Amino acid sequence: MRFAANARGSANHFIALVAGLLVFVPIYLVFVNSLKTRAESSSMGVGLPAVPQWENYTTVIEDGDLVVAFLNSLLYSLSATAICVVLSAMAAYVLARRRTRGHKLIYLLLIMGIAMPTNFVTLMQVMQWTNLVNTQLGIILLYAAMQIPFSVFLVYAFVGSIPRELDEAAFIDGCGPIRAFFRVIFPLLMPVLVTLSVLSILNIWNEFLMPLYFLNSSSAWPMTLAVYNFFGMYQQNWALVSADVVLTIVPVIIIYLLAQRWILSGMSTGAVKG
Amino acid sequence: MNTRRAYPTWFALGALLLYGVFTLVPSVLGILYSFTDWNSYTTELSWVGLDNFATILTAGSNYMHVIGNTIMFTVATIILKTVIALALAVLLTEGIRRASSFYRVLFYLPAVLPIIVVSLIFRSILNPADGLLNETLRAVGLDAFALKWLTDPVIAMWSVIGVDVWRGVGYIMVILIAGLLAIPRDYYEAASIDGASAWSKFRHITLPLLTPVLAVVTVLNLLYGLKVFDIVFVLTRGGPGRATDTVYTMVFEDFSKGRWGLATALSTLLLIVMVVLAYFVIRVLQRDEND
Repeated sequence: MRFAANARGSANHFIALVAGLLVFVPIYLVFVNSLKTRAESSSMGVGLPAVPQWENYTTVIEDGDLVVAFLNSLLYSLSATAICVVLSAMAAYVLARRRTRGHKLIYLLLIMGIAMPTNFVTLMQVMQWTNLVNTQLGIILLYAAMQIPFSVFLVYAFVGSIPRELDEAAFIDGCGPIRAFFRVIFPLLMPVLVTLSVLSILNIWNEFLMPLYFLNSSSAWPMTLAVYNFFGMYQQNWALVSADVVLTIVPVIIIYLLAQRWILSGMSTGAVKG
Repeated sequence: MNTRRAYPTWFALGALLLYGVFTLVPSVLGILYSFTDWNSYTTELSWVGLDNFATILTAGSNYMHVIGNTIMFTVATIILKTVIALALAVLLTEGIRRASSFYRVLFYLPAVLPIIVVSLIFRSILNPADGLLNETLRAVGLDAFALKWLTDPVIAMWSVIGVDVWRGVGYIMVILIAGLLAIPRDYYEAASIDGASAWSKFRHITLPLLTPVLAVVTVLNLLYGLKVFDIVFVLTRGGPGRATDTVYTMVFEDFSKGRWGLATALSTLLLIVMVVLAYFVIRVLQRDEND
């Protein structure tokens, strides 16, 4: 009995180890190949480089315009997230507190966006009418808009857990609706807003389709598009492509490891409670 | 203070405005344009009724093929991701104690990487001549299985599906783990006292109580699968031929080639399908809640 349980325990650990390797190896590949020479990296093998080629990174940063792309990605993900978080929190708060027919309808209309596919062709036309096509402001507003439905959905559920008495106490103390929201409610929403921000930053950092449609000039490209374009130019040199990829994913991995508590909890509460 | 003044509706205006301009307006416009021959060759626009839809929905057309591909991708990824994620979730909650949170973090990692990066990595791994997969297969004597993963029309879609499962399974696993942990331990203890086997506990306790979460997971995979773009675009560009083209890669192609009326019609079809699916899913989920 004891032996059988041990054997099963070892088998389970073995399965976990194999699955772990399957996840780990492809990610390891880009790191190790980013330090190889062009010839060594031609087959993207698992072996170590004879001499680590650190200059691959300087080459990539200079040839791939990565500094500009990095700053663009940072600008888009941070500002779109800030806009989305504030607007979604305000909307979710009012819609959750006032449950009239009209407000319920607005809520349903908003969260319908979670399922609605984007019509890129007509969106292009809207972007042209508003003079937002090929502008950084345009892509920021677009990203904020894309995140709003899910964000409203996530915050809406959370507002319900904050007692109304807190709003009322604020009103009695003479706060107007704006002060009551930003001074009292907004701080209490922090747990869900942090989760939301992390998810939104990662989503936008990783997004590829919007700039592909709506940003022509390479000076406005985020990391994803810069990497894709770089790959097109240097297909024969996997070492440089790997170095480029590493620079794109290191920020993501750092954010993920630092904020995994919020990401994992946010992902699951959204789905399990929702 | 009365509710109307305390919770002013204009608080929702910013969100509604952005959502309206960038999502609702394009969708409504798309429905209108899908009845026209809107294209890049002429500035004149004429009403063509249901012609675009007829072109798309003709049996044997490229579009039907692409719709078939999208359905195949969606169904296969739903099944594979859910089954594998459930196995991993049970493994990490029941099977192993040591290092289980380490594995959870590791398994979720691919889901936070940019999809285009994942696709680039797998383009090299799946290279038929000297990619890691075929090198490994040859090294262990399985030369017969060293296939042309991305260029053989029969296999290419399965390779795309495989890469997407690698990428997305951790995300589903995390949600299922939360669902598993929400099941009260007492049920399992009571079943153990009655002498229930591990399988019958899984069959009669875990699965039924996990059904709502499995439904959510299916919806998430469904919404993702029908809209899939990045992974196909970077891995195969829809090729070889149209073997891996999906609705969104086709929309992109029609858009690039100036066939805007057709592209909007295809988008509109996707919109209808997704809104109808979402409606049914919400109804089913709400019925579960009321029971």
